[in-house]
Amino acid sequence: MAQKIIAGVTVDVTEEGYLTNPAQWTKEIALEIGKEENVQLTDKHFEVLNFIRDRFAKNETMTIRSVGNSGIIDIKGFYGLFPGAPMKKAAKIAGISKPASCV
Amino acid sequence: MKKLLILGAGTGGTIMANKIRKLLSLDEWEITIIDHQKTHYYQPGFLFVPFGMYSREDVMKPKANFLPMGVELIFQEIDTIRASDNQVVLNDGKALKYDFLIIATGTRVVPEETPGLLGPLWHKQIFDFYTIEGAMALCDFFKTWPGGELVLNIADMPIKCPVAPLEFVMFADAFFVERGLRNKVNISYVTPLSGAFTKPRASKVLGKLLEEKNIHIIPDFYLERVDNEKKVLVSYDEREVPFDCLVTVPVHKGDPMAGRSGLADEMDFIKVHKYTLQNEQFPNIFVIGDAGNFPTSKAGSVVHFQADVLNENLMCAIEGRPLTGSFDGHSNCYIETGFGKGALIDFNYDTEPLPGLFPFPGVGPFGLLKESRMNHYGKVMFRWIYWHILLKGKEMPIDSKMTMAGKKM
Repeated sequence: MAQKIIAGVTVDVTEEGYLTNPAQWTKEIALEIGKEENVQLTDKHFEVLNFIRDRFAKNETMTIRSVGNSGIIDIKGFYGLFPGAPMKKAAKIAGISKPASCV
Repeated sequence: MKKLLILGAGTGGTIMANKIRKLLSLDEWEITIIDHQKTHYYQPGFLFVPFGMYSREDVMKPKANFLPMGVELIFQEIDTIRASDNQVVLNDGKALKYDFLIIATGTRVVPEETPGLLGPLWHKQIFDFYTIEGAMALCDFFKTWPGGELVLNIADMPIKCPVAPLEFVMFADAFFVERGLRNKVNISYVTPLSGAFTKPRASKVLGKLLEEKNIHIIPDFYLERVDNEKKVLVSYDEREVPFDCLVTVPVHKGDPMAGRSGLADEMDFIKVHKYTLQNEQFPNIFVIGDAGNFPTSKAGSVVHFQADVLNENLMCAIEGRPLTGSFDGHSNCYIETGFGKGALIDFNYDTEPLPGLFPFPGVGPFGLLKESRMNHYGKVMFRWIYWHILLKGKEMPIDSKMTMAGKKM
């Protein structure tokens, strides 16, 4: 298992840089990964991140569309916050596994 | 009398009716299966219809033919499941009580989720091949099409049989080569995924195959709408892909009844434990196949492997024992690659598709993650196996648990 120091903390990550233990996640880590992904995190970002962390903790699968139907944000807005590949980027910044919904 | 209700007489419901019928005494149990459609479609066959390889008759048979004696079949729409009352309410208002419930209501394509998809070009220049109507309309269209931009788009994941769109473009390549039109047809594969497939090693192998066949992959494209006037696909990040013929794999959802009954996620897929197949809120409800929110492929092979586990766990639950069956996410897909060849992949929740030989280690006859003629014959033979063995719940020489034997790391 690879390890990485993010925001001064050693965390376990996959080869692609996804945290393997969501409990190691902090707001500071999110801000740091956000920088690597060229995303400047705002309160709205954190609202979405907390939503997907919560869903992940409940073991529920997620897609861009289900986040878009969550009532927190629509799909266009989700793309606006995490440009390019919103689900993958948001998952990485939220400290959860790479989305497994694409099976 | 105790009552077992099965919702849906498709692949999962039919297999379960056949299997469980042998285990439950008809002196003690009433088994009822409910569906609103009388025809059973062999859905893997839809892929062959646009290219004239299968006709409508090749892929349809009456559902009633595949259900055993002693199982009551009701054709009626289901309105809601009242899980707290152990009741299913039908559209005509009739309520059916159950002791145990199996939900096998599958998934459906929802083109209306994407603005413009059902516009003026629907079934004129825009087609789906996940319904018999779409596949037949596309077959007619291809008969006289002079060529142009052929675009295959997957609107969103998950979809039924995630390899079918790949097979479609490879069949299209072969079809237009054989018609002498390939130089007039440009084929693009436009997908929300980052590559040809969801799993890294298979994605690499399949991506290379597409490249060899001069099929262009446009990855990370998440469809927002279809502009019928300009004939372009538009993504959420405002990229455009022009088409002359668009073959869409629309957004998939579960049965709206599941959503109405409060048992499902936003996409109407029923919340279910991925190992036990049991609903976590209501332990007398089990789910099989595409209807559930399982993180594995929505495919007939998955249903077939789940059926063994469901059989075991349902009997445990009925007899008041702890559930001993555990589904590992096993999926197994033949992939048609055109020109009489095919590939095969075998994987589960934790292990991605690997090269090797299948089902007998070191022997085969099928080769994993590579093209061969034998793999194509496997797919062709499968239609017979489906109608005569699989639906009837009979044994096949493939274990429901994935094995590493015969696979190369």
